[in-house]
Amino acid sequence: MTIYSQISSNKQKTFLIFALFITLFTGFFYLIGLYYGDGNSYLTLGIIISLITSVGSYYFSDSLVLFSVGAVPAEKEKHFNFYTAGENMSIAAGIPMPKLYVVNDESPNAFATGRNPQHAVVCATTGLLEIMDRAELEGVIAHELSHIKNYDMLVMTVVSVLVGTISLVADWIMRSMWWGRLDDRDDDRNGGRSPFLFILLIVALVIAPLTATLIQLAISRKREYLADADAALLTRRPIGLASALEKISAFPRGMKRATTATAHLFISNPFKKGRKGDWLVNLFSTHPPIEERIRVLREM
Amino acid sequence: MISTGFILIGLAVLLVFYLIGSYNGFVILRNRIQEALSGIDVQLKRRADLIPNLVETVKGYAKHEKEVFENVTKARSSLMKADTLTEKADANNQLSGALKSLFAVAEAYPELKANTNFEDLQRQLEDTEDKVAYSRQFYNSNVLEFNSKVQLFPGNIVANMFGFKIAEFFAATEEERKKIDVKF
Repeated sequence: MTIYSQISSNKQKTFLIFALFITLFTGFFYLIGLYYGDGNSYLTLGIIISLITSVGSYYFSDSLVLFSVGAVPAEKEKHFNFYTAGENMSIAAGIPMPKLYVVNDESPNAFATGRNPQHAVVCATTGLLEIMDRAELEGVIAHELSHIKNYDMLVMTVVSVLVGTISLVADWIMRSMWWGRLDDRDDDRNGGRSPFLFILLIVALVIAPLTATLIQLAISRKREYLADADAALLTRRPIGLASALEKISAFPRGMKRATTATAHLFISNPFKKGRKGDWLVNLFSTHPPIEERIRVLREM
Repeated sequence: MISTGFILIGLAVLLVFYLIGSYNGFVILRNRIQEALSGIDVQLKRRADLIPNLVETVKGYAKHEKEVFENVTKARSSLMKADTLTEKADANNQLSGALKSLFAVAEAYPELKANTNFEDLQRQLEDTEDKVAYSRQFYNSNVLEFNSKVQLFPGNIVANMFGFKIAEFFAATEEERKKIDVKF
């Protein structure tokens, strides 16, 4: 797969994700509406929410993700190596300088976000900046910039926000129905059906497969290998990224503020052993085995 | 025959489209090379601008190393004067060599090494050196793309027609010419 086919496949994927999300999300609301005997107004509500979320996730997903992990802008004086490595990599790749952010977390990790190279953001944890030398930092940043250049980040960030929205709404519906069940126990409208079973049905039929499909679309092992190879080409030093990955995998603890929705964005899975992520995410491993990536890089 | 006429006209139109497309392709690539070249110039200028400050700082501690200062200053002025790509590349390499001996000399003066100003300049120079290397790498990869297009058939015919000539690579120093092969 060349970079160009990768870019167009990512753009198609994003379109597909939006279509899928809007259709299923609206359908889900319609079902809820039918249950309450007011299908059409719930349908409208579903369309409005899913449209707003889709448009919003395209334009603002990067700021949302940065906000959700608590990132602050990097400064040249304070984070000299990070900042200059970012400058160097954008010179080498011939793209505008990405915005650089820092998350206060001792677990070394990094991610990129942004819908295109003009709106690129690279974010690193303070733990990463502390233990990496310049060559390793350049490797990590080059890897992230490759994701942006290939439009991987468009797909991945959009999915983050959509998955986040789904879990939020599912949570909200569950709660309101739970309380609704207590209030409306003798209501004729329910016709004796158990609302609890109905919720389970909806979750099983719509929410779970939707989330699963979205995450599956967002992750791609091939994409990680491609970005690693790109990084090697950009820095001309594959060893830098290889030893950075080694250091990251050697660190025992995971990140504090990573969530199910953002896990696949990071250069290495932010949930370490001992701290389980969501079962849904664990179904699909979000990253190829780090040992394998290091081996491939070392052989370059 | 009318149909042969149509076919001929059709082919001529296709040819014209091809010519326009590939001419524009050459122009875009050539402009990109120009931009990449000015990217190198920015970094070289930044590098040259850091030198006088560095020399002043080092002089404060190591007055007697006249030869080293002269070499650095000479290399700097030849970099400032350089016009062609080869001259620039040579002057840049010369400056790298001179700076290396300057920093080697600095090793012998612990007070100088402890000077925060010196430390900062050294850091900035190292950074600029990296940036020169990366901007050169970007320039060269653009030149490679352009040259391949100019030389490969049938683009070479169009290139000849409009006078597009292969561009010059920005030569790297010996130690930077390391081969790397990428696979995944």
